[in-house]
Amino acid sequence: MARLFDQPHPYPGILIIVEGIDGSGKSTQLELLQKWLLNSKYRVFFTEWNSSALVNETIKRGKKKNLLTPTTFSLLHATDFSDRLAHLIIPPLKAGMIVCADRYVYTAFARDVVRGVHPEWVRNLYGFAVKPDIALYFRVPIEVSLKRILNGRVELKFHEAGMDLGLSEDPKESFKLFQSKILEEYDKISTEYGLTVIEATDSIQKQQNLIREIIKEKLKNYKPTPFLQKKENVYVA
Amino acid sequence: MSRKKSLFYGVGLPYVDASDLTGKLIVVEGTDGVGRSTQLEELKKWLEVKGYGVMTTGWTRSPLMGKAIDEAKAGHTLNFNTFNLLYAADFADRLEHEVIPALRAGFIVLADRYIYTAFARSSARGGDRQWIRKVFGFAVEPDAIFYMRITIEDLIPRVINSQTFEKRYWEEQSGEGLDYWESGMDIRLGDDVYDSFVEYQKVILKEFDRMTNEFDFQVVDAARSFEETNRALKQGILAILEDEESEEKSRRH
Repeated sequence: MARLFDQPHPYPGILIIVEGIDGSGKSTQLELLQKWLLNSKYRVFFTEWNSSALVNETIKRGKKKNLLTPTTFSLLHATDFSDRLAHLIIPPLKAGMIVCADRYVYTAFARDVVRGVHPEWVRNLYGFAVKPDIALYFRVPIEVSLKRILNGRVELKFHEAGMDLGLSEDPKESFKLFQSKILEEYDKISTEYGLTVIEATDSIQKQQNLIREIIKEKLKNYKPTPFLQKKENVYVA
Repeated sequence: MSRKKSLFYGVGLPYVDASDLTGKLIVVEGTDGVGRSTQLEELKKWLEVKGYGVMTTGWTRSPLMGKAIDEAKAGHTLNFNTFNLLYAADFADRLEHEVIPALRAGFIVLADRYIYTAFARSSARGGDRQWIRKVFGFAVEPDAIFYMRITIEDLIPRVINSQTFEKRYWEEQSGEGLDYWESGMDIRLGDDVYDSFVEYQKVILKEFDRMTNEFDFQVVDAARSFEETNRALKQGILAILEDEESEEKSRRH
């Protein structure tokens, strides 16, 4: 049985994902993209790299009792993703929709490795993921992202700032160090998986135009025909 | 350093220094209802009388994950891949917080099931064998794995006769004497729970058999009486402990 992530997926839908550190502007771009797709009468489904209650409560419990390790942290997120994949990503893809995902497995590849797990291990862990049709990586220098983030909100969340890594006592400093390490990982991942790099320092409109060109190319061969019959071995859990 | 084997099966835990694990990890594997837990209870007592520090560890229900697994089993339909990962998280929690510290403190850790149970269950459901092995690549490699082997013919009367069979029906209000999961009812191999149990356990037994060479299982015939099986297990454990002692002696000379 070949792993799903190593080959193009068999579904009639299209999976578009965006990646990048906090403050890279990826969410803004994805929103603009969706507006355009909806306006062009495509059926769009949006999903985020968010955790479910099951995982959130476990993480909360783990934090309180100081039980979380890099490995359990990573496995919990993979568990959650597996559930979301089965319930929120694969059904719309089978239905022939365009699925827009804000963050995908590359987020785990970057974050979990910075937290201390083996790069090869976490890549295998997500071997059950559906390979995206289009993966956009919003590259941005750390100073720019920091400015954008700190402009918007003052409070940085504990895990978001990587405070659990003990990089610095100061949340802002910790965030900067943490995000710099994530950025390093993203650059490696981007080459390894051939992500499409979008220079996130360009103007919002310039970026969006470029993205729409890329998507247009993909849409040329797109026929939104839903699966109407059970296909054997299309999804191997 | 007394461990001859490599420490981890796969890439391990890069952030854990595992060079000082002086204890022994002894695993007892075997399918549901084969009598592992009663054997382990007896082995623990026996080893403690001999003066060894012993810790037992089971499968599922770690402090971190126990509640999540119960909720998941009771809740909406999790597919098997998700369960695989949930169990992996649970295993990692126990490994890092119980097993590794105990091995570091020089204890004998008796494990009631280990990663091989996860491999068998995953493969029985069509999961990718290589994938699940790599997922558990952070597991410490045991000093010995005793596989309590039984045929389906011998297993059935044991499970249907066990004291827990009726208790389960009345107390857990599950309406079943055979456990839903141990019967593989999620993949519906038979029309009723009995048929499904038989078909499912056949597959599980086959999976365990094919892992015997792969992981160097020491096969213990579990179809015999409790005492006979227990004697075989004790012999196997003694061999490991004696190896250790003679090594220590030769170091002193």
